Amino acid sequence: MTGTRRRLPPAGHLLPVATLLAVLLVVWYVACLPMNAVVAEPRLRETDGSLAERLRISWSLERAVLPAPHQIAEEVWRTVFTVLPTKPRSLLYHCWITLSSTLLGFLMGSVLGIGLAIAIVHVRTLDKSLMPWIIASQTIPILAVAPMVIVVLGSIGLTGLVPKSIISTYLCFFPVTIGMVKGLTSPEIMQLDLMRTYNASAGQVLQKLRWPASLPFLFASLKVAIAIALVGAIVGELPTGAQAGIGARLLNGSYYGQTTQIWAALVAASVMAAGLVAGVGFAERVTGRMLGGRP
Amino acid sequence: MSSTRLPLWFELVLRMVVAGGLGAFLLADAPGSTGIVLWVSVILVWALAWSINSRLTSLEGLAKPLERLRDVAVPALFGLTLLFIWEAICKGAHVPLVLLPAPSDIWAKLVVSLPTLWADLVQTFIRAVIPGWMLGSGAGFLAAILCDRVPFLKRGLLPLGNLMAALPIVGVAPIMVMWFGFDWPSKVAVVVIMTFFPMLVNALAGLEAAGHLERDLMRSYGASWWDTLVKLRLPAALPFVFNALKINSTLAFIGAIVAEFFGTPIVGMGFRISTEVGRLALDMVWAEIAVAALVGSAFYGLLALAERWATFWHPSYRAR
Repeated sequence: MTGTRRRLPPAGHLLPVATLLAVLLVVWYVACLPMNAVVAEPRLRETDGSLAERLRISWSLERAVLPAPHQIAEEVWRTVFTVLPTKPRSLLYHCWITLSSTLLGFLMGSVLGIGLAIAIVHVRTLDKSLMPWIIASQTIPILAVAPMVIVVLGSIGLTGLVPKSIISTYLCFFPVTIGMVKGLTSPEIMQLDLMRTYNASAGQVLQKLRWPASLPFLFASLKVAIAIALVGAIVGELPTGAQAGIGARLLNGSYYGQTTQIWAALVAASVMAAGLVAGVGFAERVTGRMLGGRP
Repeated sequence: MSSTRLPLWFELVLRMVVAGGLGAFLLADAPGSTGIVLWVSVILVWALAWSINSRLTSLEGLAKPLERLRDVAVPALFGLTLLFIWEAICKGAHVPLVLLPAPSDIWAKLVVSLPTLWADLVQTFIRAVIPGWMLGSGAGFLAAILCDRVPFLKRGLLPLGNLMAALPIVGVAPIMVMWFGFDWPSKVAVVVIMTFFPMLVNALAGLEAAGHLERDLMRSYGASWWDTLVKLRLPAALPFVFNALKINSTLAFIGAIVAEFFGTPIVGMGFRISTEVGRLALDMVWAEIAVAALVGSAFYGLLALAERWATFWHPSYRAR
């Protein structure tokens, strides 16, 4: 067979990924049978019990334990395209609620993280006293504080968008700070010495050497930060009693056993996450081109 | 250093004594001290602690052990100062308990409710985090080795794994709770799913880490794929594997706690946090968070120690 074996191109990910996804889809459809057996049982008894009937019923249950992929796709289609985006029944409405607090939190977290990193790089005392705590706080399950933040801010009158974005801010400023400290200190000693021979001030060194040198680190940590900001916004929607947003859809679905709704919300969250990370990647490429980098 | 200055140790001790005395006075008298006194003393203590730290960090040419001591002392003093200011402001400005309890309140609550905290810790950490972390990381590692054996699989799984790393996987928590019930199995399932992909991606990168020279050497020895794997490539992959284990230790904790927001038996850290928040018993919430922070960093620290023991040959440790 070696003679006829086709050589895949070096970067040929398309065929393997498509194959894996196809296998996953088949496994999913097959898994629907045993997973939904209990739920489907009453309806199965009314039929002749043939395999075709069993498939038809298992793949179209209202409250399936594991809904079939086409049911999820239908739910997504129905809630995205057949309802006005301003109605709470629309998935886009909930996406926007979550997205807005994600973006606001991401913006605040990045600004805070970059500012803190600049301060840490320039003030040695801050570096020695604060940096160990920032690193140590990475090991703490920070998301656990989310309900408290929501409730405490709620009790002083802050509700809606801001508390959720504060959780996102909190989650995403850590990776940005750590990445930026690494990035701002990445110029080599020789380059820093050159700046000193030019008699450059600290501000000039920052603007002309440290900042451009830190950009790859910045974008790498921004990608992590925006993904985690979305997680923060979703978890931040859980304790408010399922009002609106992707997190509310998840919680609502789990209260009422609406599995398709949960899966549809998951699909929406995944699309948003992929889109957001891709957006940061796009910004990275544009910045690189503007700075004259070669691809 | 000019000769007119006081000896360093004297200067530092003096500042520490002043800051400590002022702080002690403030804490003892905090509820009684009125506005301006409180704020001025808080700012003074902060300034003194800062000056000690900046004096310490500006020292050059210390002996190695002294330098290590300094690197511990500076953040410790910083943390203590923050705690002190937190305490002083909470007590002095009479911040209500439902907004922000003072550290002393949290400590008092923590000491009284040790049995509850222990039960929550067992439920969340021992029953959910540890098994899920081990299963997820183990499965990810085995999948990486399988991928290494079957390049087709690798080319399919690697982009998917990278994509999954960016997705909000905690969202599967409600589904897992529905499938596996309210008790710990559903939390284990969430943790397994969350930890699988980071390990897969990192272990795959690690298996590529062995150099060409070393691989050629193994080939010239006529070593089999298996021999090469066990004697060369797995050891070379260890730093990457430990990196994934460390990332996963945090992810596992987050997964278990968030999964508990979707339903639990009446025990567990996530359950306790969400119900005590509902009752506005914030001291208990903070106590639970303190335990989570302590256990989380201990878990991470143990992993870091294990890493140092297992990968002592790695340049990042050899240099020290």
